Amino acid sequence: MALEVLLVEDSPGDVRLTKEAFRTANNNVRLHVATDGVDAMAFLNQEGAYANAPRPDLTLLDLNMPRMDGREVLARIKNDDSLKTIPTVILTTSTADEDIVSSYRLHANCYFSKPVQLEDFESLVKTINDFWLTVAKLPHEDLTAAVVPKDGKSLGE
Amino acid sequence: MPLEVLVVEDSSGDIRLTREAFRDVNPFIHLEVAHDGVEAMAFLRRQGAHLHAPRPDLILLDLNLPKMDGRQVLAMIKDDDSLKTIPTVILTSSEAEADVLKSYQLQANCYLSKPMHFEAFHGLVKSINDFWLTKVKLPQNEQGDAPELSIHTGPERSPKKSLGTKSLGTRRNNESDRRKRNGH
Repeated sequence: MALEVLLVEDSPGDVRLTKEAFRTANNNVRLHVATDGVDAMAFLNQEGAYANAPRPDLTLLDLNMPRMDGREVLARIKNDDSLKTIPTVILTTSTADEDIVSSYRLHANCYFSKPVQLEDFESLVKTINDFWLTVAKLPHEDLTAAVVPKDGKSLGE
Repeated sequence: MPLEVLVVEDSSGDIRLTREAFRDVNPFIHLEVAHDGVEAMAFLRRQGAHLHAPRPDLILLDLNLPKMDGRQVLAMIKDDDSLKTIPTVILTSSEAEADVLKSYQLQANCYLSKPMHFEAFHGLVKSINDFWLTKVKLPQNEQGDAPELSIHTGPERSPKKSLGTKSLGTRRNNESDRRKRNGH
């Protein structure tokens, strides 16, 4: 089963590097890209062009972005009962302590600063893949919804 | 500088395995153990015998515990302005979807299920070390008692929560802390 990863990133270079690194690390990952916070929220809420967007198994979120920044996106995800269970990993160039602390305070699942060197970036994507998409147990909202009606009645659409 | 890891676990066998595995993978880790949820909260809040407890860099939390269970401990950590930034990893034998979902709802940083076999368990501890204690950026400045963080981290951080004893700055906050504590 494919794993859906939402990358929220405005730098086309970083988008490309992340795509390539995931392709190497895990064939089963389907990477979706939102280029700013507004786009990301539309994807997560399945609005507009994203009406059929899948629910991400993991979100990789940059902090500094146009229109709506990553802090705002993170706060919205973690305050939304249906979105808060999606593991949200901060992946940013910022190494500022206040960004790290405020991200954890907003319930980021973890925080990474983007390495400058290409090999290090590839290895970080592999680390994220190996831990979050292999070792960690991810929540399955859909599964629990499907498990409830044991009598085979409609899931209530 | 050693990394402080708090293991909240009631099974003495699992505590021993965790200790041995960490000793193998990272000798710089200082492992502390709380055997139930009440003890975990006393440790985190530096109450009673835990007055000088270090602030953990990472918490490994079992779900099924005596006295106060892991779900309740998790909820308390993630509701507390001074504790919520400590990465809290659920490490439990439960594989129930409901437990996984509930833990993420309560803002667990991640959920891991304990493997049955020793080698797999050892491998998991290595993964935790390599990921959480090596690659991830942890909130360094909140370690111990750096109250100056309350300056730039916004109004939601209540000064009474920074239990600073060795003031590094913001004497103002520490003094109001002291006043509050003396008032109690």
